[in-house]
Amino acid sequence: MPFIPHTETDVREMLAAIGVPDIEDLFDEIPAGLRTGVLNGVPQGLNEQEVSRLMRERAETDGRPLCFTGAGAYEHHIPAAVWEITTRGEFYSAYTPYQAEASQGTLQLIYEFQTMMAGLTGMEVSNASLYDGASGLAEAVLMAVRANRKSKSRRILIPTTVHPAYRRTAHTIVKNQAIELVDVPYSSAGGHTLPDSLAPFEGEDITALVVQQPNFFGILEEVDALTDWAHRQGALVIAVANPVSLALLNPPGSWGAAGADIACGEGQPLGVPLSSGGPYFGYLCCRQALVRQMPGRIVGRTIDRDGRVGYTLTLQAREQHIRRSKATSNICTNQGLLVTAATIYMALLGAEGLRRVAQACHANTRKLVAALTASDCVEPVFDRPYFHEAALRFALPLENVLRPLHAHNLLPGYPLAGEYPELGEALLVCATETRTDADIETYATHLNRVIESQTSAGCPVKPKMA
Amino acid sequence: MSNIPVDLKYTKSHEWARSNEDGSLTIGISDNAQDQLGDMVFIEAPDIGQTVAAEEACAVVESVKAASDVYSPVAGEIIAVNEKLADSPETVNQDPYGEGWIFRLKPADAGSVNALLDAEAYQALIESEAH
Repeated sequence: MPFIPHTETDVREMLAAIGVPDIEDLFDEIPAGLRTGVLNGVPQGLNEQEVSRLMRERAETDGRPLCFTGAGAYEHHIPAAVWEITTRGEFYSAYTPYQAEASQGTLQLIYEFQTMMAGLTGMEVSNASLYDGASGLAEAVLMAVRANRKSKSRRILIPTTVHPAYRRTAHTIVKNQAIELVDVPYSSAGGHTLPDSLAPFEGEDITALVVQQPNFFGILEEVDALTDWAHRQGALVIAVANPVSLALLNPPGSWGAAGADIACGEGQPLGVPLSSGGPYFGYLCCRQALVRQMPGRIVGRTIDRDGRVGYTLTLQAREQHIRRSKATSNICTNQGLLVTAATIYMALLGAEGLRRVAQACHANTRKLVAALTASDCVEPVFDRPYFHEAALRFALPLENVLRPLHAHNLLPGYPLAGEYPELGEALLVCATETRTDADIETYATHLNRVIESQTSAGCPVKPKMA
Repeated sequence: MSNIPVDLKYTKSHEWARSNEDGSLTIGISDNAQDQLGDMVFIEAPDIGQTVAAEEACAVVESVKAASDVYSPVAGEIIAVNEKLADSPETVNQDPYGEGWIFRLKPADAGSVNALLDAEAYQALIESEAH
């Protein structure tokens, strides 16, 4: 069934009315070199039965492994009520309806979401969400360039401890807008950004500094020192933070003397399943003073003429339908359904529940690190405090370890060598609140057997330091 | 009928410019412009010291209906901005030619202001746009 309602006759009549012989003529303005032409790679259509089977079979190839991998997406327990409520007809919409104010329930939910995110990040305002954490960072960079009017350089410092996929995404989105993203190296001992490593940029025109907390390695950055340094340089501070960690850690709004200026990140840990990588959603918060440079939609609370509370889209003059090419972005509320789930998740858990989730994640990861490093062949890469992820270095080729562990239905972690070859045979491991002591024991047991089978007598490579 | 003082110069994009004794120009938006835009909610001023070209967008007036750029009538350097507008943007509606001024600039070319529209030409412009 075609989803275009116009018949051949409709199309011919419309073309005749405007005096154009062929539909192709409408695209004349696009230079031939820019047009894709025939898409040979697109296969024939499938019917519903075929698509259902294909997707089921593909989903089954994922299996149900015991997951010790994080690296940006985290398996958390999602109370059954979350998606039961989210998928009710009243909420089941991909985004804000066109006549937004007619849907007070949708707007109230977004308003509650904004309130919760502002509370978690310690910032004054939140928008109604973005696509995901990585594009959220790109939006934050663009926003910082607009907002920091004293800086003319359009240079953004990004420590290499920021998630590599986020850095690549930000680069892709901002590179053609004359914005320069400058890498800042990390400490090989601590796995964090040394405030001293910023010294070469002292006195230079820097638009903003990005700080991820916890960083990609799970390590806690010296956020206060980094934030104060940036502000002394006249640079804005963009925080990237895992929202679950904020239940325990100092929120970006309290970093250093003045707090971060913009906070963004991935919302997936808040009630969104891993789901083979998406859809997820991003969040973006900022100080009140920057709100007019913020991308995305914002819902405000007001009163109607009878004095009753009502919700409305606000500050729309920033948006594309009014500001056109000068809009702050083209971001809408496409991830509205995920935001609905996140809001219900946070409401069900409450501040105390979220804190307990964060505490359990931290405690379990400590147990995991202790259990795995009991082997002489495994040691922590870094010596700094971490939240719920840690990098471990193996004294034997990681490839030989991971394959048998996969075969035992484990997702043992994220190998770091692809993006951080200098770390050697390093694996980023994670244990959220969903991992039990028995799960950790299972991982350690399988790992020890694998190591034993690969090295005749334990680990000959390197005796462990006391 | 909008108010178009005869002692001011105007642009096609609805700014006005007043020549001050020290050679600087004070810039704002016309009574007609504020009336079209409606109640002001935010004025984004340029930076003092910023150099602007003629017809360059250098400020934004945001009303309940729209956000519009304010263009510099002539080339020059921004030497003052109306900081009172940060807290009371409605001044632009109430007194567009007085307390509602937006910025002052030192023109790169002292004579450039003469090329702008006079009150009569601006009156003709808004009448033609109204049709």
